Amino acid sequence: MKTLLVGMGTCGISAGAEKVWNELIRLIDEGDLHDKVKLEKTGCIGMCYREPLVELRKEDGTKTIFGEINPEKAARIIEEAVLKENDLDDLVVYDFKSGGDASLFSKQMRVVLRNCGIINPENIDDYIDRDGYTALERVIFDYTPEEVIEEITASGLRGRGGGGFPTGKKWLFTKMSPGDKKYVICNADEGDPGAFMDRSVLESDPHSVIEGMLICAYAVGAQEGYIYVRAEYPKAIERLKIAINSATERGFLGDGILKSHFKFSLKIKEGAGAFVCGEETALIASIEGKRGMPRVRPPFPAVSGLWGKPTNINNVETFANIPWIIINGAEKFASVGTEKSKGSKVFALAGKINRSGLIEVPMGLTINEVVHDIAGGLKNGKKLKAVQMGGPSGGCIPAHMCDIPIDYEEITKTGAIMGSGGLIVMDEDTCMVDVARFFLSFTQKESCGKCTFCRIGTKKMLEILTRITQGEGREEDIPKLYELAEKIKSASLCGLGQTAPNPVLTTLKYFLEEYEAHIIDKKCPAKVCTALVKFVIDPEKCVGCTLCAKKCPVEAISGAPKKVHYIDLDKCISCGTCMEVCPKEAVYKE
Amino acid sequence: MISESKELKDELFRRKLRRYGAEKGSIIPLLQAAQEIYSYVSEEAVSMISESTKIPQSSIFGVATFYKQFRLKPVGKHIIKVCQGTACHVNGSKEIMKAVEDHLSVKEDENTKDGMFTLLSVACLGCCSLSPAVMIDDETYGKLTPDAIREILDSYRKTEGEEK
Repeated sequence: MKTLLVGMGTCGISAGAEKVWNELIRLIDEGDLHDKVKLEKTGCIGMCYREPLVELRKEDGTKTIFGEINPEKAARIIEEAVLKENDLDDLVVYDFKSGGDASLFSKQMRVVLRNCGIINPENIDDYIDRDGYTALERVIFDYTPEEVIEEITASGLRGRGGGGFPTGKKWLFTKMSPGDKKYVICNADEGDPGAFMDRSVLESDPHSVIEGMLICAYAVGAQEGYIYVRAEYPKAIERLKIAINSATERGFLGDGILKSHFKFSLKIKEGAGAFVCGEETALIASIEGKRGMPRVRPPFPAVSGLWGKPTNINNVETFANIPWIIINGAEKFASVGTEKSKGSKVFALAGKINRSGLIEVPMGLTINEVVHDIAGGLKNGKKLKAVQMGGPSGGCIPAHMCDIPIDYEEITKTGAIMGSGGLIVMDEDTCMVDVARFFLSFTQKESCGKCTFCRIGTKKMLEILTRITQGEGREEDIPKLYELAEKIKSASLCGLGQTAPNPVLTTLKYFLEEYEAHIIDKKCPAKVCTALVKFVIDPEKCVGCTLCAKKCPVEAISGAPKKVHYIDLDKCISCGTCMEVCPKEAVYKE
Repeated sequence: MISESKELKDELFRRKLRRYGAEKGSIIPLLQAAQEIYSYVSEEAVSMISESTKIPQSSIFGVATFYKQFRLKPVGKHIIKVCQGTACHVNGSKEIMKAVEDHLSVKEDENTKDGMFTLLSVACLGCCSLSPAVMIDDETYGKLTPDAIREILDSYRKTEGEEK
């Protein structure tokens, strides 16, 4: 029997997957096709730019992915592809004959995403069919806790939340801390703007994270665990709840797991919208019901964490790697990657590229390969300007340095960080001062206010950047930005403050001339900062439709009907409305 | 949106208080429950939480004001969240925000005069491939233009008009 899978992650649903799903149910019911085709939902297939996606799996195991499906196209899939077995080439985005966007997948390596877009995340049997919970079984019956930690250490796995701390070592610290009660926490407070890796994993393969946590709990000696999820991820929370319930029913969670003496229970804690809670001590405070403010370390959570007990915290992606490592062996994991960065890394690709989506690549691949081969290059044939990695804690890597490999140390050398996996591609139309201002306004708002330099220093930096983008920059601003950046980095308690200046520092380092153009020449080379651009009407293109004059909020446009119009620059407030409404694209920025 | 009577909401909330009140670290789940039931965190709800957890109201307000999720004022019928994530930012979320503000004559963090909409900005909705994106209640709209969002807002207004 054929199977149709509909990608029902948040991206897919917002693009209209639910309507497609309902239409497919209706068509199958109406046509009485239940013996010909089975309908299943799945998580993130990874080709977000083609959502909604429907995959057809035929009896011979071949698969075809159809993209940008709406209810009408869904009807064609049933009628032509399922019933008549036609190729339906115009809807295919990827198929076994390696057509479509095959280069999206050919350089990928899927460890964390091994089940994403393949299984139904709401059905535990799908996960079990793909070796789910065998790693847990193996660990409980064949490994001592020490052997588990040795295996994880040997794999070279490092924290995927961005810090890159060796996971095995972290587990060992918690294991060695005295105490009969210990906790395991999964950090799913994915807050970086532009990052959706953890959300996709939780929505598409929640059991892999639960299994990873169970193995960790066994190794460090914990009996209770929490998954701290952003409240902005309702779908992830819903699927996690289903997963926890079915894992409990099957005896993978609770007392006497798999009839052994090992017990572990798991609770979901919903975050309440505070970026700083991604920092581990702030996250713990938040679970305890307090204001989510970080505290001085040491003591590290491994010694004194939740309710003062030894606690191990890892992020979603780190945990999702664990079952794979146990099943396939540390050696196999460590054979991929660079000297100090092993395995693979998930990235959320977004920005000005042709294919935005969720990908996983072996460490050591270059950034250029990701941008040009996997992401299919830049939109509209534009030139790559920079890649932003690590979100508000990271930085912008300029195009000429994008031949570096994906490796914790190599990326840190540029001034950016590996981060949790947000990778935003920027083209020549992106203003780097504006980008720096954007990230700083984010961290400034999210600063919890505990450390003076983070609280006030970021505000001062933001004021400077804002005035630069408004054409009021002064020459002393650049040295002042450096001075503030250095003080914020050294006088902040947690990662938020210590890394907040990074987006500014990297753009100053690689795009100084852009800052100078704003400050000295009062020009925005990318024509983004509205205060620094002039709107002009091209007399060759203007047909005198009067639309711009009618829409202008300050009556700065004059001209008779069917005659060329003019913008009075003294009155113009650079709002861009004229450019937006012009049907002939006659308005341009100068 | 829940339209039950005040008594019913109070009863629902009291049930939550009985269930979580004695648990360690229950303030955030209780505030979340209050917001879900009453659509915002009222002073009354805070005092009820305080009574049942024996935690001073000042500490509860401290928590409520720390987290962005909690609203201390009543909200409009529909909540508009304009995504300000990185991908949305480079793809023009500023223009979308401006279009909403102008079209509804409302500013960020405010309600429209008719109480129909509340306008908020959020750091990232996590559907970056659909940027620029806006979430209205639980529905996400992607790949927006100023025109498209105006049309969507009008459709909400129109549906409301028909219901009346």
